[in-house]
Amino acid sequence: MNQHATGVAIETHGLVKTFGRTRAVDGVDLTVPAGTVYGVLGPNGAGKTTAVRMLATLLRPDAGEARVFGHDVLREADAVRGRVSLTGQYASIDEDLTGAENLVLLSRLLGHGKASARRRAAQLLEAFGLTEAAERQVKNYSGGMRRRIDIAASIIKTPDLLFLDEPTTGLDPRSRNQVWEIVRIIVAQGTTVLLTTQYLDEADQLASRIAVIDHGKVIAEGTPGQLKSSVGAGSVHVRLRDAAQRPEAERLLARALGATVQLDPDPVGLTARISGAETGSGAAEHASRALAELARSGITVDNFSLGQPSLDEVFLALTDHTTTTTKEAAA
Amino acid sequence: MTTTATTSEQDVTAAYVPTAEGLSAVLAAGEQPPRPSALSASMTFGWRAMLKIKHVPEQLFDVTAFPVIMTLMFTYLFGGALAGSPGDYLQYLLPGILVMSVVMITMYTGIGVNTDIEKGVFDRFRTLPIWRPSALVGALLGDGLRYTIASTVILVLGLILGFRPAGGLGGVLAAVLLLVVFSFAFSWIWTMFGLLLRSERSVMGVSMLVLFPMTFLSNVFVDPRTMPGWLQGFVDVNPIAHLVASVRGLMEGRWDGGEITWTLVSAAVLLAVFGTLTMRLYNRK
Repeated sequence: MNQHATGVAIETHGLVKTFGRTRAVDGVDLTVPAGTVYGVLGPNGAGKTTAVRMLATLLRPDAGEARVFGHDVLREADAVRGRVSLTGQYASIDEDLTGAENLVLLSRLLGHGKASARRRAAQLLEAFGLTEAAERQVKNYSGGMRRRIDIAASIIKTPDLLFLDEPTTGLDPRSRNQVWEIVRIIVAQGTTVLLTTQYLDEADQLASRIAVIDHGKVIAEGTPGQLKSSVGAGSVHVRLRDAAQRPEAERLLARALGATVQLDPDPVGLTARISGAETGSGAAEHASRALAELARSGITVDNFSLGQPSLDEVFLALTDHTTTTTKEAAA
Repeated sequence: MTTTATTSEQDVTAAYVPTAEGLSAVLAAGEQPPRPSALSASMTFGWRAMLKIKHVPEQLFDVTAFPVIMTLMFTYLFGGALAGSPGDYLQYLLPGILVMSVVMITMYTGIGVNTDIEKGVFDRFRTLPIWRPSALVGALLGDGLRYTIASTVILVLGLILGFRPAGGLGGVLAAVLLLVVFSFAFSWIWTMFGLLLRSERSVMGVSMLVLFPMTFLSNVFVDPRTMPGWLQGFVDVNPIAHLVASVRGLMEGRWDGGEITWTLVSAAVLLAVFGTLTMRLYNRK
C-alpha cells in the first residue's frame, strides 16, 4: 500500500510570512520525503502553525515558494487541496453539530452521495471508537474524542499528505497515546504526515525526520538520532542494589568505558558519558561489557539504561533560550 | 479506572484502542467519488445551516421577536398621525416594515458568517477542493430560511392586526420571494464587512450607519412626495425604495414591471460587487 512512499511530499524554498512587523516565518527551506512522519518542532510562536497554513493553502506566502507533490501552493492551490487534509490546532470541526453530522457533511463535500456519506461516517465513527457518541454535539466531547473525530474527518478521503498541527496539545496521556497509535497506522498505509509539536517526546516517538524551528527559522534538521548526536554522546545510567558498592562500581565503569563517571544525587545511581565516537552499536557493546564486569565483581545492578541525549537537551542547546514553553515541554 | 461510577464519556474514551485492522479498513476504502458540483457543495452548506438552526434554535430570536416589535411599534406609533388610524396605516406600512425588518436582519447574517469563519472549522472547508464561494453561498441559503421565517411572522401578525392584501396569496408569495432574493444579494455587503473589519462591534457600527439611512430614507413609512426634492432624489436611487415599491405592488395585486426590474438589477449588481469583494477577502485570509 505504499504507493505514495516515493519522492518528495513537500518542498519549500525561502518561505516567508510577515504579520505587521513580525516575521512569523522567516525564510524556511524544507524537504519532506513522502511516506514518512516529518516533525516540525518548536516552542509556541516559533512559526510552526503559520508554515503549515501556507502549505495547506490557507495563507499566502509573502515570499519564497512551496510545492506539495510538485504542485505550487499558490498557482495550483486546488490540486494541492485535492491531496491534503488539515487537522488544525483548534478543532476543525463544527462544535454545534453532532459527530455523525460533521462526518456526513464533510463526506458530502468530498463528493459522496447521501447514502454513501452516511455509510462512510458510520465506518469512521466505528473505527475511531465514537459510535456511541455519534449523535452527541461535538462541543460535549472530551478532548481526546474531539481529536479523534478531527482526525477521522481528515481521512474521509485518504489524503496523500496529512497536516497535524499540535495534535496532542492539552490531551491526557491515554488520549495522547491513542493519537500516536492512529498516526503510526495512518503512515503505515502510505500517507505522509507533517506533524508540528512543541513536545520533544512526541517528535522523537513519531517522526523519522525533524526540523527544529525557532523565530521563524529552521535551526536544525535531521533524523532524531542525528540531532541528538550533533549535540553530544549518549550515556549509561546504572542503579545499584547496594549504595556501599558504589565506589567500586565507579572504578570499574570508569575503566571499562574509558570515561568519567558521575555520581548521581541518588545514592545508588551512576552515570557514565560515552564519548562521541562510540555512540551507536559500539556504545551498546561497551556498556554490556562494563555491566558484565560489574556482575563478575559481585555488584548487583538493579537496572540500567543506555541512552542518547534526550531531545530536550538537543532542543535547549539549539534554541539557547529557556522560555516557559520549553521548560514545560522538558518537564 | 476501577470505579464503576464513570460517566459514559469516560467509558467511550477509555475503551477505545486504535487497531491497525479497523483503521486500515477505513483508509483503504475503495473508489473515491468525483468532486461535488458548485450547486451540490452550496446545498450541502445550506444543510449545515439548517442543522445549526436545529441545534441552536435560540438563534432564531432575531427573526421572530425583532420583526414583531418593529411591526407593532411603528404601526401604533405613526398610524394615528400619518393615516388617521393604525388600521389604515397598516395597509400602507406592512409591506414596508416587512422589507425593513428583513433587510435589517441581513446584518446579523453577516456577523454570523463572520464569527463562523473565525472558527477552526472554516480552515477545513477552505482546504477542501470545492467551489470556493460554496461555504458562504450555503450559509446565505440557510439564511434565506431565516428571512422566510421573519416574513411569515410579520405577515401573520399583520393579518391578525387587520392587514388585507388585495394581491392574495399569489401576490404575497411573489413579494416574499422577491424580498428573500434581494436580501440574499444584499447580505454580501455584510459578509464583506465581516471579513474586512476586525471586531463584531465595528461590523455592527458600520451596519447601522448603512442601514438606518437606507431604510428610513425611503418609502417604507411615508410617501416620498412629501419629502424635499433633494431627498426624493436619494429615494429614487435607493434600491430599498424600489424593493418596497415592488413588494407593496405585488401585495396590492399590481405587478410593477419597472420596479421589479430595478430591484432585480440592483440585487445583481450588489451580488456582483460585494460577492467579488467578499471572495477576494475570503481567499486572502
